[in-house]
Amino acid sequence: MAEEIKLTQQDRMAVCWRHQFLQGSWNYERMQNGGWCYAMIPAIKRLYSTKEEQAAALKRHLEFYNTHPYVSAPIIGVTLALEEERANGAPVEDTAIQGVKVGMMGPLAGVGDPVFWFTVRPILGALGASMAMGGSIVGPLLFFVLWNLIRMAFLWYTQEFGYKVGSEIAKDLSGGLLGKVTEMASILGMFIIGALVQRWVSIGFTPVVSTVQQSQGAYIDWESLPAGVEGIKAALEQYATLGAAGLSVDKVTTLQDNLNQLIPGLAAVLLTLLCCRLLKKNISPIAIILALFAVGIVGRFFGFM
Amino acid sequence: MGGISIVLVVLVAFLAGMEGILDEFQFHQPLVACTLIGLVTGHPTEGIILGGSLQMIALGWANVGAAVAPDAALASVASAIIMVKGLGDGTADVTTAISTSIALAVPLSVAGLFLTMLCRTIAIPMVHFMDSAAEQGNFRGVELWQLLAIALQGVRIAIPAAMLCMIPAEAVTMMLNSMPDWLAGGMAVGGGMVAAVGYAMVINMMATAEVWPFFVLGFVLACIGDLTLIGLGAIGIALALIYTGLKDLAKQGGGSGGGSGDPLGDILNDY
Repeated sequence: MAEEIKLTQQDRMAVCWRHQFLQGSWNYERMQNGGWCYAMIPAIKRLYSTKEEQAAALKRHLEFYNTHPYVSAPIIGVTLALEEERANGAPVEDTAIQGVKVGMMGPLAGVGDPVFWFTVRPILGALGASMAMGGSIVGPLLFFVLWNLIRMAFLWYTQEFGYKVGSEIAKDLSGGLLGKVTEMASILGMFIIGALVQRWVSIGFTPVVSTVQQSQGAYIDWESLPAGVEGIKAALEQYATLGAAGLSVDKVTTLQDNLNQLIPGLAAVLLTLLCCRLLKKNISPIAIILALFAVGIVGRFFGFM
Repeated sequence: MGGISIVLVVLVAFLAGMEGILDEFQFHQPLVACTLIGLVTGHPTEGIILGGSLQMIALGWANVGAAVAPDAALASVASAIIMVKGLGDGTADVTTAISTSIALAVPLSVAGLFLTMLCRTIAIPMVHFMDSAAEQGNFRGVELWQLLAIALQGVRIAIPAAMLCMIPAEAVTMMLNSMPDWLAGGMAVGGGMVAAVGYAMVINMMATAEVWPFFVLGFVLACIGDLTLIGLGAIGIALALIYTGLKDLAKQGGGSGGGSGDPLGDILNDY
């Protein structure tokens, strides 16, 4: 038999680069098949020399395929290993290759979605966005650089892992590691979402519940402050002890203040839970968003928000 | 907006459109797209602020299975262009411009959704062309159709962006300035609430009875203003490690039979 054909590191890097365009031709018929075939081309070129073999390989990799675009990397690694064996004469059937792809894409997509879309992206996004809302360029840069570093490292190292381990990986899949990763991601994700709801969903009810005149000393007596710089100093000193309530004689309590005494952000969490309910009833998120804008406008018009 | 700015904006829109389907480099996320449009039009700070505000709303937008999320690419590109138009001659109020463009972004994200579906349908005949190229072992053919399909997704955002660039800036400024307070203010109020929808989408994907307590912990701890997001993240990771670790221990304990680590419980069980 002739010399063994091996995929070089350069070939595998070319596949990894092209794999980033996996979803480019996403279609309702066979979903990510076009992008998958596009990614496999450098390997097919290396492994098969006759036109017939190449055509067969291209067709083999245009079958239905759909998973999360990042966790697809270990799958393509395994497929590279299988194709390499096949090119060297091992009896690897078409169905075996397709079987590995289909067998891995389901469970792996189940990990990719919660880990990347619902844990890493919301966390990095919120981190960057909270800085960006102050106008700092560091926010977008941080998000973009960190995300792409994590993503590229993940794509390359898991593809190499899949390539080295080959079809053995199917055993690892049932080893419980994936379940554990998913569980940790959902714990971290839920924890952070809880924090984000408190910090970033803002509802303010403006109706005034009560207006009481505060007793002497509970507010800054602007009339009797000393003149000039001394006055500013005195006012600031009093403000430091009295807080915002000390700015005027009347203490105004809004509905929002009452709610905040229960726990700040109570209305936000109730609204979020309501949204969960509505989404479960298959109401489109877009409809809910538009309705919230309508509520906001009506609320402002009648002066209660 | 000058000629070069328009070309650059359309280029950013093209990148965002491609990323809207690829989901790799994240050029379609508001934080990145709005910042880039702000940069090329000379309103970097406003672009960054808009990107940040819109990102908070769009955090949970992801297409998973049958659930369709609003399209972040068109939402961020279109709202950034509208904001830049509104800021044009400096007469409009920055806050109003930002909150209005966020509100306008939402219906546009629906339009983006329909355009995505259209592209995904057009991609069907494209992969059939790939099939016939594959039949002949024609590598170039397969590659060409893949690249064309990606470009189609880019054009999906680039064309609406170019059209928005054509709207005269005066019209947008006039609209912003003539808006009554209840409308502009109401949109800002609505914008503060819509983030809840994105968070709800994430919760619905991940929530089980087991992880709800962690949501409560996160919510309550966030009331402590001194804790930064990084601090909260560290607490979250620690909790996840502790919880899964303890759960493993409990499983091992259950496997070995007797030693449950609770002598009184053992006695009661044996009783």
